[in-house]
Amino acid sequence: MTTKTISVLQDLLATNKQAAAAIRQELSSRGILCINLLSSPGSGKTTLLESLADRLRGRYRMAVIEGDIETERDAERIRAKGIPAWQITTGGACHLEARMIGRVLSHVPAAIDFLFIENVGNLVCPASYDLGEDLRCVLLSSPEGDDKPAKYPQAFLSADCLILTKADLVPYLPFDPAKAAAEALSIKPGLRIFTVSALRGDGVDELAAYFAEALERLRSARA
Amino acid sequence: MHELSLIASVFDVLEENARAHGAARVTKVVLQVGRMSGVVPDLLESAFDTYKQGTLAEGARLEIVDVPVRLCCSDCGGEAAREDSDFSCAACGSRRVEIVAGRELVVERIELETDGA
Repeated sequence: MTTKTISVLQDLLATNKQAAAAIRQELSSRGILCINLLSSPGSGKTTLLESLADRLRGRYRMAVIEGDIETERDAERIRAKGIPAWQITTGGACHLEARMIGRVLSHVPAAIDFLFIENVGNLVCPASYDLGEDLRCVLLSSPEGDDKPAKYPQAFLSADCLILTKADLVPYLPFDPAKAAAEALSIKPGLRIFTVSALRGDGVDELAAYFAEALERLRSARA
Repeated sequence: MHELSLIASVFDVLEENARAHGAARVTKVVLQVGRMSGVVPDLLESAFDTYKQGTLAEGARLEIVDVPVRLCCSDCGGEAAREDSDFSCAACGSRRVEIVAGRELVVERIELETDGA
């Protein structure tokens, strides 16, 4: 019997990173901007997408990949807005992985501008998985509390933009948007911050304009 | 809480290497786990102990190497470890820093046992 030690140095997320890079390249070659929405459950990701569908209609075409542990409910809500949507049910997994997105990609119509991915509601695990997105947006709703950036730094550190949702509830809650923003900025300087009320439609046009600018940059970079 | 799926990836690496080296058993696995990797070492150990039953690593020991966060400053060029979640340069206080270590989830090395001479 012999024993030997082998140096491996294998990154456990390497397979996911490769799959994500392939997705990024394919979508970019099709001129599609991919946006990964990440947040706790119930912070308003689906409601924001419904509001964006209304705001973008007639100007931009979008599609949505929905991630949840169970049910088709979110995809059904998006389809009710006339938007193509695919539901990935992870059956217990706490995050989406790039290969799950890869399997859906062939169904995504060529003639769209934005592909939104609504991740499984979870402020921890999804942060570790690149899905091939161009923009990662973290949502933080006012009822969750303004102390979340410091408590879950990884999600905020990996994000390009922070969307403070349910702004219409702020008058009734001990939530200080300025504190939430300052905490997030101390973790990730340069983070773009938007404040929205998806139910009322407040702030959604500003967010849509930010996505449109990023789409413009993606398309001029490949031209 | 995705420790179990990460451990499943560890076992892919173990089986691949054991096969390549004609090994009968894996006796030790050394994993580098960064403090910013988003996983909990205790949960990785539990997942490993559950997953290894009935596999070629049934008797294997998991050793976790803790990798502290290291920041490199874009302004002064200084590089230093950070103990807390303060993402600023320890030397000049700049927030234009890059995380150069602390996100690792890496199988560093493994020990294999081969039957026969």
